Amino acid sequence: MAIKIKLFANFREGRGKIVEMEYTPGMTGQDVIDSLGITAPEIAALIVDGVDGKVDAMLTVPIKEDGYMAIFPPVAGG
Amino acid sequence: MFGYMGKILRVNLTTNEVTTEDLDFELAKKYIGGRGLGTKLYMDEVDPQVDPFAAENKIVFINGPLSGTATPTGGRYMVVTKSPLTGCIASSNSGGEWGAYLKYAGYDAIIVEGKASLPVYLSIDEDKVEILPALDLWGKMVSETSDMLKEKQPGSKVLTIGPAGEKLSQMAAIMNEKDRAAGRSGVGAVMGSKNLKAITVKGNLKPEIARPEGLKAVTKECRTLLKENGVTGGGLPTYGTAVLVNIINEHGVYPTNNFQGGQDPNAEAVSGETMTEKYLIKRNPCHHCPIGCGRWVKSEHSPDGIGGPEYETLWVFAGDLGIDDMDIVIDANYWCNEMGIDTISAGATLAAAMELYQRGYITDEMLDDEVILKFGNADSVIHWLKKMGNREGFGDLLARGSYRLADFFGVPEYSMSVKKQDLPAYDPRGIQGMGLQYATSNRGGCHVRGYLISPEILGLPEKLDRFELAGKPTWAKIFQDLTAVIDSTGLCLFTSFALGAQQYADMLNEVLGTDWTADDVLLAGERIWNLEKLFNLEAGISSEEDTLPPRFLEEEMPDGPTKGWVHKLDELLPLYYKERGWDEDGIPTEERLEKLGLL
Repeated sequence: MAIKIKLFANFREGRGKIVEMEYTPGMTGQDVIDSLGITAPEIAALIVDGVDGKVDAMLTVPIKEDGYMAIFPPVAGG
Repeated sequence: MFGYMGKILRVNLTTNEVTTEDLDFELAKKYIGGRGLGTKLYMDEVDPQVDPFAAENKIVFINGPLSGTATPTGGRYMVVTKSPLTGCIASSNSGGEWGAYLKYAGYDAIIVEGKASLPVYLSIDEDKVEILPALDLWGKMVSETSDMLKEKQPGSKVLTIGPAGEKLSQMAAIMNEKDRAAGRSGVGAVMGSKNLKAITVKGNLKPEIARPEGLKAVTKECRTLLKENGVTGGGLPTYGTAVLVNIINEHGVYPTNNFQGGQDPNAEAVSGETMTEKYLIKRNPCHHCPIGCGRWVKSEHSPDGIGGPEYETLWVFAGDLGIDDMDIVIDANYWCNEMGIDTISAGATLAAAMELYQRGYITDEMLDDEVILKFGNADSVIHWLKKMGNREGFGDLLARGSYRLADFFGVPEYSMSVKKQDLPAYDPRGIQGMGLQYATSNRGGCHVRGYLISPEILGLPEKLDRFELAGKPTWAKIFQDLTAVIDSTGLCLFTSFALGAQQYADMLNEVLGTDWTADDVLLAGERIWNLEKLFNLEAGISSEEDTLPPRFLEEEMPDGPTKGWVHKLDELLPLYYKERGWDEDGIPTEERLEKLGLL
């Protein structure tokens, strides 16, 4: 099974919009960003399987087998 | 007098008189400028129960003490009057350059009163101020009016209304530099009611700065903070405000089909990333702005491109209508700018009309037309937008905004508005603090009176649990008060993604020669907020209108990451009133008003 990583804004540069990764039991957001070459301080918002929260906490949440992550750098507007 | 030009221009369109008055420096400092001082000047002269379209109503155009200085983004102005859309105090602001040039012409504010017997425009060239005939401009679109006035008044910056303002649409905007809008609350219709088509300004005067070296240092510090910040130095310059489409959508608070849903599977088509990749020609920054979030995009309307849509506009003409077509949004934005209509209210009214059609209240026969107002019908958008702007046929009803439209059919609950002003692009069921701010906003449904999206969704300056209630009244008050300060300085609200109350106090201190702390400016913000509340109460807008459409309070979000949630306003509102030092009915107490210097 693969998990889907949705990337936004400048995180897409050199990586694309969506990255698929092989699922391994217990894998977390930290494992994902490590393999993508993204560091936690670069992330402003993170969603794991539809749930958002503080970035540091969300990076420790195990991803579901058919799950997804959405990763955002600092963005704003209005 | 430092920072201010020290002069207010008073224009009486009934008597054709133009006079100047000295600015009261102490009064100015108490209310800062812009939104705060404009509201004070307006309230001192106008009965809050005035009919917004009566000659007795006035309209104030005002910049801030930082406008036209070296501070970053100091080009904004505020329009203060009574809103014909809401009946509340209207303070609608715009970027571009006009606000700074009002200062260069030598004025802190213009107070327009009375009503001209025939269409006129106001020409300001420092001390030479003329009320001139505008019969040839009346009925013209915004860009043609602007071009004609540029020829008549070379070197001037042009502020004008379009046909929607002339025809008194409650959602009419005031436009400057063609594509910048004081968009909300129908301020353009108040200009139209006075037969005032436009105001041109030019000049070469500059305000005196109290501590020029200090200002240079604090300006440098602020510019560095803006440049190094991920939002103001990265996301906004690169993608514009449209970068919000995806992040709001992924959180399940991106309203679809008149807020019937919260997630759009095709939102990527109108995202900032797509705009940058396929449509962006260049950035289109405002006066002295190092951020440059404005877009200049490809369009069939001009080979050189046109001003591009903001996030709210993208959402309202895409997700909220069940359509995801960037070309249509760019086109809709163009026509709103040309006719002088608020994009949010225009799109939201179309969305409400589509839901009324979906539910059988609007029928094909009523539309008397082949183009059906139906979610997903791309052909309907520009067709009905033009009819709305020109108030033709069913468009006359649309031009009154979603509340009056839905109320006409006896079902105002299908208007997604607060105090009759259409809500922007964030579903409050999944953003509890933002919902509270919507309900309590002094100008009705609005996102820029306290942008709690920052902490609740974007993680700025820190991530809050968006469903949690605890602490949200405190956050709402702080954001509302700080926003009132920024809106009064003449700077852009977007600077607050990188700057805090201390930086605003520092800039004001160097310009004005004051010695304010961060707490002092926040107290001024609270004073301004309470002043606006007092106007609304005296205008008959009771705190019973501090509420949300029943959909958000009763209907659970049907889909996405916000599924199952409603807004818990009944729990938050009493805590908010307490936080503000108001009584349980939402009325400011004498004790609090005395503390704020409002008694």
